[in-house]
Amino acid sequence: MTGDEDADAVFLAEAADLQAAIERNLLNLDDAPDDRGLIDALFRDLHTLKGSGAMFGHAELAHFLHGFETAFEALRAPGGRAGAALIRVALTACDQIGALLADPVAASPGNGPILEALAAALGGQDAAGSPSGEGWRIVFGLGPDALGLGLNLPALLEELQALAPGRVQVDCDLSELPPLDALNPQAPPIRWTVLIGAPVAREAVDEVFLFLQDQLRLSIEPLGDAPAPVAEEAPDTARATPEKRAAGPGDHATMRVATQRLDEIMDRVGELVIAESRLHDLSQSLRDPTLMAVAEDIRRLASGMRETTMSIRMVPIGNLFGRFRRLVHDLSQQLGKPIEFVSTGGETELDKTVIEVLTDPLVHILRNAADHGLETAEDRVAAGKPRMGTVSLTATHAGAEVHIRIHDDGRGLNDERLRARAIERELLPPGSTVAGPDLYRLIFEPGFSTAATVTELSGRGVGMDVVRSAIQGLRGQIDVDSEPGHGTTVTLRLPLTLAIADGLLVEVGGERYSIPVSAVEECVELPPDLLASEGRSNFLDIRGELVPFLRLADVFQAPGPRSQFQKVVIVSGTNGRVGLVVDRIVSNAQTVIKQLSRVHAGLKAFSGATILGDGKVALILDIGHLISLGRRLEDRVRILEGAA
Amino acid sequence: MQVVTLTLSGETLAVPTRMLHEILEPVPVTRVPRAGRFASGLINVRGAVIPLTDLRVALGMAQAAQDEHTRILVLDVPVAGEATTVAVIADRVLDVTEIDDAAMGDIPEVGMKWPPEFLSGIARTDAGFVILPDLERIYAASLANSTGTPQFEKDL
Repeated sequence: MTGDEDADAVFLAEAADLQAAIERNLLNLDDAPDDRGLIDALFRDLHTLKGSGAMFGHAELAHFLHGFETAFEALRAPGGRAGAALIRVALTACDQIGALLADPVAASPGNGPILEALAAALGGQDAAGSPSGEGWRIVFGLGPDALGLGLNLPALLEELQALAPGRVQVDCDLSELPPLDALNPQAPPIRWTVLIGAPVAREAVDEVFLFLQDQLRLSIEPLGDAPAPVAEEAPDTARATPEKRAAGPGDHATMRVATQRLDEIMDRVGELVIAESRLHDLSQSLRDPTLMAVAEDIRRLASGMRETTMSIRMVPIGNLFGRFRRLVHDLSQQLGKPIEFVSTGGETELDKTVIEVLTDPLVHILRNAADHGLETAEDRVAAGKPRMGTVSLTATHAGAEVHIRIHDDGRGLNDERLRARAIERELLPPGSTVAGPDLYRLIFEPGFSTAATVTELSGRGVGMDVVRSAIQGLRGQIDVDSEPGHGTTVTLRLPLTLAIADGLLVEVGGERYSIPVSAVEECVELPPDLLASEGRSNFLDIRGELVPFLRLADVFQAPGPRSQFQKVVIVSGTNGRVGLVVDRIVSNAQTVIKQLSRVHAGLKAFSGATILGDGKVALILDIGHLISLGRRLEDRVRILEGAA
Repeated sequence: MQVVTLTLSGETLAVPTRMLHEILEPVPVTRVPRAGRFASGLINVRGAVIPLTDLRVALGMAQAAQDEHTRILVLDVPVAGEATTVAVIADRVLDVTEIDDAAMGDIPEVGMKWPPEFLSGIARTDAGFVILPDLERIYAASLANSTGTPQFEKDL
């Protein structure tokens, strides 16, 4: 990677942060339209982004931001107020920043209409675009770095001349020039006065000085008018920027690191953890006190190392909340439903890979909540509820998991309709009386949708099954709960990290397998009457509930001898429960998860592999797949019983 | 072309050295249930989990028991367009040698012991015939039936 690419990558990352800040402040402004602090913050961010954009050669972006900034000028005047219409256009303009960052050439044709819409939304307070009847008086001197930064004076003057050919008068004031030996050739104290004697638009003049405002001491006044208040703005903003830098929250001493390097560190640490575990086993078997002491030290260091590395990869989920706030804002507009979005627990941290994968599922769930969950304002009032619906997003830590709860205070799920739909789609046998979470779980089945009408947003029956597979891919679980008339709650339970997980090591026919501890509900003895494989019944009575079980030794065609005293590990997932019959439960250990290669990608029963303390490889069971195997077994038995 | 030569049930095969990572003595193998006989196991190569594959299955050769000459070759093979590290069993690793293009013969249409679609060539050397397996094809075919057994194991 060259230095230029590096610098540009840093710029793009910073630009994305600034864009997010602008979006956040626009949304805040929507809630508090008179907040001067917010308006000032917006201006600072726009200005900073414009400056660094110009510096890194993003001319289209700088140009657009200049227009954005100028159009917003009217807001800074006393009594300026940001109406909802203006915020809406400004949010579009904010999106345009992202588009320009991604592909300036493709996105730039969108600039004009957005800037026009901004001006129109300001309702005639057109501070920027009006041509002056008389012309302009421009006075500028050189800033300390102007020549050093490559200011091309002749070109600048030529450009001004071109604004109104033949009617531009340039005066050069050399009166402050010191004797030659005292002169600083980098910043000579020369002042130019340019008089434009023609009705030229202010924008056109500003454009000439677009990238130069920080280099020049500049004032632009209309000829024959009272001095415009805008004129002194440039030095003001320039000063404000460093202040914001110093005071900005969360702006600690940080550096950006390529995520690939973090992944490499994580791999190394994973290997370290494995090597450490081998050392530990060795020291235990040799019983040499000196070795044991060293092994103990290494254990402590390795575990510290692992925690630090994992913490580096942790990102606060609040980074996503900003985007969701925008989503709910837009949904509220599109659906014509007043919606309040409440988010808590933004500081909760999750592995960056989890956050990345989580975005789309959360968007789906939020859309469903806004579109299907919440009633229209009229229905809500009729039901005695507040007009404004609430969608809340809560993130909390719970042990080695993070729980994300999305709640809406809408109409709740309709058991009758869900059951009817499930029977129609043959997900439930006719006459089924399943209710509660077991019934709600079915909304994640492919093609399942109870929406009477398909809207632009949701109701096509795609989406929720995608949500489930994404969450399962993260080794997470989904629970749905609902109360008629009071709303629906979707809870996502996710592991803190994808790289390391607690595994329950079990022995099956002489081979060892790892079961994700997060899926394990309990372990029970296999009742002696069920020991024989030929036994007809493949169900276990767990406190009155029948749970199907799989003899893993048979499923895996394990070659080794079976134990006389078999155990059943009950595991649960979003699609149900199943018992896994094993010979022995070996231990509970941290496992570093390795993906299976392409060669084995077709095997659904395993989600990955891990390396054990003795250096051998153990496969990690895919709980979701085994549960569906168990359910198929259940179905077969049901059919057999139906036939009998 | 520089190749490493190895034997598999009495035949001599050659694999380009540019694919070769390293050659290992036999290590403990973890059986992968229901993965078929071609890619039946996983091994730990310095902290990485690598599939262990047996070219004898793809080429329709008899499998032999492991002895003191058995080696494992770690190779980088493009599998479905993605560079993948795989391990291959060899009854014995012979030599690193040069095969020039002039020694390369066409694959006869008939009278072949091995499936011709899995060979990229046969070379005549001083020591006799050397088979060049088409590894990319073999691994691609092993994925063809992603639910379990590769195509070429069906008739075995």
